Amino acid sequence: MFAYYLDLALRSCRANPVLTGLMVLALGLGIGASMTTLTVYHVLSADPLPGRSDRLHLVQLDAGQLQGWRAGEEPDEQLTRLDAQNLLAEARAPRQALMSGGTAIVQDQAEQAEARSVSARYASADFFAMMGAPLRFGSGWSAADDAAHARVVVISHELNERLFGGADSSGRSLRVQDTEMRIIGVLAPWRLTPHFYDLNMGSYARVEELFVPFATAMEIGLNRAGSMNCWGNERVNDPLAAGANCAWMQYWVELPDAQARQDYRAYLVAYAERQRQAGRFERPPNERLRSVRAWLVHKQVVPGDVRLQLWLALGFLLVCLTNTVGLLLAKCLRGTPQIGVRRALGASRKAIFAQHLVEALVIGGAGGLLGLLLAWIGLLGVRMNPASYAELARLDGPMLAACIAVSLLASVAAGLLPAWRAAQVAPALQLKSQ
Amino acid sequence: MDLLPILATLKRHKTAAGLIVLQVALTCAIVCNALFLISQRLERINEPSGLVDDELVVVSVVGVGPSQNADAQTRTDLQALRAVPGVQQLSVINQLPFGRSFSMSTMRTQADRNAPGVGVASYNASEGWLQALGLRLVAGRDFEASEYLDNSTLEQSETGKVTALVINKALAERLFPGADAVGQTLYGISDEPTRIVGVVERLVTPHPGGSDDMNVYSMLLPVRESFRGGAYVLRTEPGRREAVLKAAIAALDQTGPGRILRQQQLFSEMRSAYYAQDRNMVHLLVGVCLALMVVTAFGIVGLASFWVQQRTRMIGTRRALGATRGQILRYFQAENLLLSGLGIVIGMAAAYGISLLLMQNYEMPRLPWSYLPVGALVLCALGQLAVLAPARRAAALPPVAALRG
Repeated sequence: MFAYYLDLALRSCRANPVLTGLMVLALGLGIGASMTTLTVYHVLSADPLPGRSDRLHLVQLDAGQLQGWRAGEEPDEQLTRLDAQNLLAEARAPRQALMSGGTAIVQDQAEQAEARSVSARYASADFFAMMGAPLRFGSGWSAADDAAHARVVVISHELNERLFGGADSSGRSLRVQDTEMRIIGVLAPWRLTPHFYDLNMGSYARVEELFVPFATAMEIGLNRAGSMNCWGNERVNDPLAAGANCAWMQYWVELPDAQARQDYRAYLVAYAERQRQAGRFERPPNERLRSVRAWLVHKQVVPGDVRLQLWLALGFLLVCLTNTVGLLLAKCLRGTPQIGVRRALGASRKAIFAQHLVEALVIGGAGGLLGLLLAWIGLLGVRMNPASYAELARLDGPMLAACIAVSLLASVAAGLLPAWRAAQVAPALQLKSQ
Repeated sequence: MDLLPILATLKRHKTAAGLIVLQVALTCAIVCNALFLISQRLERINEPSGLVDDELVVVSVVGVGPSQNADAQTRTDLQALRAVPGVQQLSVINQLPFGRSFSMSTMRTQADRNAPGVGVASYNASEGWLQALGLRLVAGRDFEASEYLDNSTLEQSETGKVTALVINKALAERLFPGADAVGQTLYGISDEPTRIVGVVERLVTPHPGGSDDMNVYSMLLPVRESFRGGAYVLRTEPGRREAVLKAAIAALDQTGPGRILRQQQLFSEMRSAYYAQDRNMVHLLVGVCLALMVVTAFGIVGLASFWVQQRTRMIGTRRALGATRGQILRYFQAENLLLSGLGIVIGMAAAYGISLLLMQNYEMPRLPWSYLPVGALVLCALGQLAVLAPARRAAALPPVAALRG
């Protein structure tokens, strides 16, 4: 029966090529636009650490001064150096890492080597394990290296390609801003989406090229980058000094379960209370402990423009669907006399309904294919964008499946009403009226 | 024109008529808001910076090793750059509009630290900034030679104090509405007050056009940055920018070893890159609006054609009874006007609803009323244009069509 309906549907489409073409085009445009934006949205709202993101938490403390304070206000997103170092020293979580972004000049050992400026991250030892950084050669550094201010670095896959042609460079040395450093690890290609541990670098920034133990980086005076908030009444001459009232460090902890989270929260409150008694904090304890997900939601990481585009495309799809329903309806009603004849010859309502639904599916399928093509072209366009996330916009398996599902759903949705109307045609009447 | 027969006919095609109304309503709602979004983006992109955008080039360098005397090196650099042919004026500036960094201070009109303040973007600029950037003073004067300080002096000792300040007009009007800002004092840079010596007509913040409306106030301090903390800004003739940029880089290569270029750009390119995302959004919105209107128009053409075909007998009968071609044409046009009119009314309500949602979720301003009649007019015209071809076909039907049926 299906083959027969399919045959009828194809005949009907051939009989009205312009109308059919319009419907396919409208559906294709709607599906193409919505799948393009949906893919971008899907990519940008991705989980950076699948399976582990609910264990990592950003620590926020309220170290600000009392003046201008409002209760319940969001504390600074970053910690002061002193607080970060205190928390790290007390190490109450299974894993924790303090960190900051920076830029550094590197040169390999060859005499004439050109110096280049690279993005850097200064972190403590647990960073690699916590962020799931994949190491190709060597390893990260240890807490002992942190304590010893060891002159060691880990470099990215890209930097290793550029400086050493991709060879195992662990054990070799590198000049970082006039200081001799030993490479102890080389990362495999790694891209975190979003760049959640420090959004100040850009939500979809690339992972840094050079990783240096924080204490070492401070000791040899590497440049810091990112956001910094200073407060207080004294002029801050060295904002990077441990005692300065400047918040500029990110602090992440790994907490395996709800109990650990609760305990850690209590610890943070106690810490803040201690700092207040010591006269450092002026405000009552006001800590935040957000998981990666909660943090990304809080920071509204997916750009507003992308969300706007998604709504726009869905609105466009709705108009295209309405359009297709209208045209399909017109087409069905135009075929009313034939339906009357078929009904008179004994076709059931169900059969008429099924036949028209098949026709809608044929048009929907064609529209879906066109939509897929358009989405592919659309994503190509998105990737040519200057935005930092542009290159990430690719159609993956799940999105391809979603695309097909959306087009089928759209065509069924578009076909139901006309098919139902067609099934309502009375058998004899139409014969009479002509 | 008698509307009753039209209404009677439409009653028999409630679903199809309803679909057209729905489509017009959706299109109207989306297009109204999209047009508003486009105008907002364009306003942002075209906002003047206050600087002579097309005459500036920016070069910044970064030292490879710890530099012993960055200030001296900077003076050498400036001297070398001044000798580059085509350079009319230059200055070192800590941050630039459309650049990467953004530093701001909270400024108050009273010494009391608990007094409310205003967030102000602060530019540190060395001698020559006024001419180099092409800013226009509307009140007061430029900094005097004695007012300039090296940033390193400021950082390292208690002797250096910023005594003079130039602010932009927006800040002057915000802090001293109706009064002369020149001669007034502000607090926030140090414990001591800083005197406002001049007001510039216009100077955007480093990141203009954000959703934050506080992001409009800026000030300039007579502080000389070294090459480590600032960028060299060169003013040239518009046509010679590329050549000057190349020569400037060559000149800097000669002045000091152990440094690498961090940035070398035409200022207009920085600006263009800063707004790339907005331009993109404008193109996208224009594209979606056009696509929406084309799809809607084709929907109307399709349904109207179907109706013309279905009503062949009726049209023929009316023609046989003496109706003119013009009357048939007007019948279909009136029918479309009725349907689009209804769609537009619903669409305007929806447009307003969408605008409210956008206000809540995207910090957008309210859709101005003026966009509604514009959207209505556009969609009315679109409907009339779309129905024209089928209506003309109907009008062209000969009276005998009724008999052939």
